Amino acid sequence: MEAVITVVGQDKVGILAAVCTVCAGANVNVEEVTQRILRNTFAMIMLVDLSRASIDFTAFAEALRQKGEELGVDIRCTRQEMYDAMHRI
Amino acid sequence: MLNTNDILETIRMISDEHLDVRTVTMGISLLDCADPDGKQACEKIYRKITEKARDLVRTAEEISSAYGMPIVNKRISVTPIAMLLASAPDADPVWYAKTLDAAAKAVGVNFIGGYSALVHKGFSAGDERLIRSIPEALASTEFVCSSVNVGSTKSGINMDAVRMMGPVVREAAERTRDAMCAGAAKLVVFCNAPEDNPFMAGAFHGPGEPDCVIHVGVSGPGAVRAALAQLPRDASLDAVAELIKRTAFKITRMGQLVGQLASQKLGVPFGIVDLSLAPTPAPGDSVANILEEIGLESCGCCGTTAALAMLNDAVKKGGVMASNHVGGLSGAFIPVSEDDGMIRAVEKGSLSIEKLEAMTAVCSVGIDMVVIPGDTSAAVISALIADEAAIGMVNSKTTAVRVIPAIGCKEGDVLDFGGLLGYAPILPVSAFSPSVFVARGGRIPAPLQALKN
Repeated sequence: MEAVITVVGQDKVGILAAVCTVCAGANVNVEEVTQRILRNTFAMIMLVDLSRASIDFTAFAEALRQKGEELGVDIRCTRQEMYDAMHRI
Repeated sequence: MLNTNDILETIRMISDEHLDVRTVTMGISLLDCADPDGKQACEKIYRKITEKARDLVRTAEEISSAYGMPIVNKRISVTPIAMLLASAPDADPVWYAKTLDAAAKAVGVNFIGGYSALVHKGFSAGDERLIRSIPEALASTEFVCSSVNVGSTKSGINMDAVRMMGPVVREAAERTRDAMCAGAAKLVVFCNAPEDNPFMAGAFHGPGEPDCVIHVGVSGPGAVRAALAQLPRDASLDAVAELIKRTAFKITRMGQLVGQLASQKLGVPFGIVDLSLAPTPAPGDSVANILEEIGLESCGCCGTTAALAMLNDAVKKGGVMASNHVGGLSGAFIPVSEDDGMIRAVEKGSLSIEKLEAMTAVCSVGIDMVVIPGDTSAAVISALIADEAAIGMVNSKTTAVRVIPAIGCKEGDVLDFGGLLGYAPILPVSAFSPSVFVARGGRIPAPLQALKN
């Protein structure tokens, strides 16, 4: 199962490392990362593979959300099909 | 890899623009629960609902969590209870309402619709008893919603039923006067009621529906308004309609996905997506604000009906390609107390009940969540229902009346229902009497539009 992690907020040192640490801890493989600055807002998008994850999706998404709170950024993890449905015909 | 802008657009729609799935509604047929013994019928009803909808709330929450999409309401619609009452002449209809309420509580949904009667051509056994019991049923339950269909394009308007409904609406408010007259907020009087509507308070599970089915109602006025805010102020209305269509497509695709997932996980057929723009009292999540973004100073001014007609049409055109089965009410809702922009328009004096009535000719439903003076007579309410039903009948569309007489309140007072039902100031209604017209009863014949065969 593939999912998309989005991180939106103020740029700071260590965001990528922190998110990757949560992924590694759950045995979630990071397949692709893109990041950019949009109107002073940092936006990072990661495509991850959860097929061998050691925890269930809800727990993983919650761990990321909490990490986002610690870092002061908005972190969401969403199944990829949502974006496919909305943006591809 | 997906396009970064697309992903960020979705995140922004959810986090800043209140995009959500408004409701996942399970329709359950209770036809097999009919029993001459009312107590037995109620037991069967409770058993069937709690069994079919056992996993509804949990499943919706799992989907919401995995797909990052808020699913605000989980609800149930059932077979119009009047159909079950027909076979139980000695049963008290309120037993059935209390059973629905208990079943709703047991499975954790926040509304259950179907305390209903379909009387557009006349009353069959059970219908009149159910209608007369509505005020008590709504006052003695928490989650039960009621609706009565009094007219249709095919059959005309049952004016005997219209005459009955004025006093019923008033009494529903009177019996709940200590709770903001909220009984009347859970009662809808329809013309051309759809059998697969997932939205409350008018949802019921029509007799043509399967045994159990999942319907989805989408939302998203905030996302449409935010998209329109990016357009230059001199962009033509062609460009406005196109942008609404594109946004409605995205919103509906998300609803379609959620519906398919819920259907698979629950092992229940997927019914329809209701392509609606359903506002909330949250600032910005408003159909009135969309009309204002299109270029009106305040909702209700001249131009409102034309802008709403375009919005309603563009929402349907965008949504219809995004979903394989479209149904329910589908269009832009204009419930006054549930829409921050409408509330402000009433407060400013730019929106009157007469303008709302004109808007109902081109929007998805009708006079919805409007607080009217507490001394409005039953005959005036009946006549208001007749006017709305006539608009629906002639235009082959669904119309409805959900008004809340503010019993014991005076002009300038506000009724605050809390939550998604919102709050609204009292809107004046013409007090000139239609009582002779209403008292005539009978049936307004079906219009020529009915003769399509």
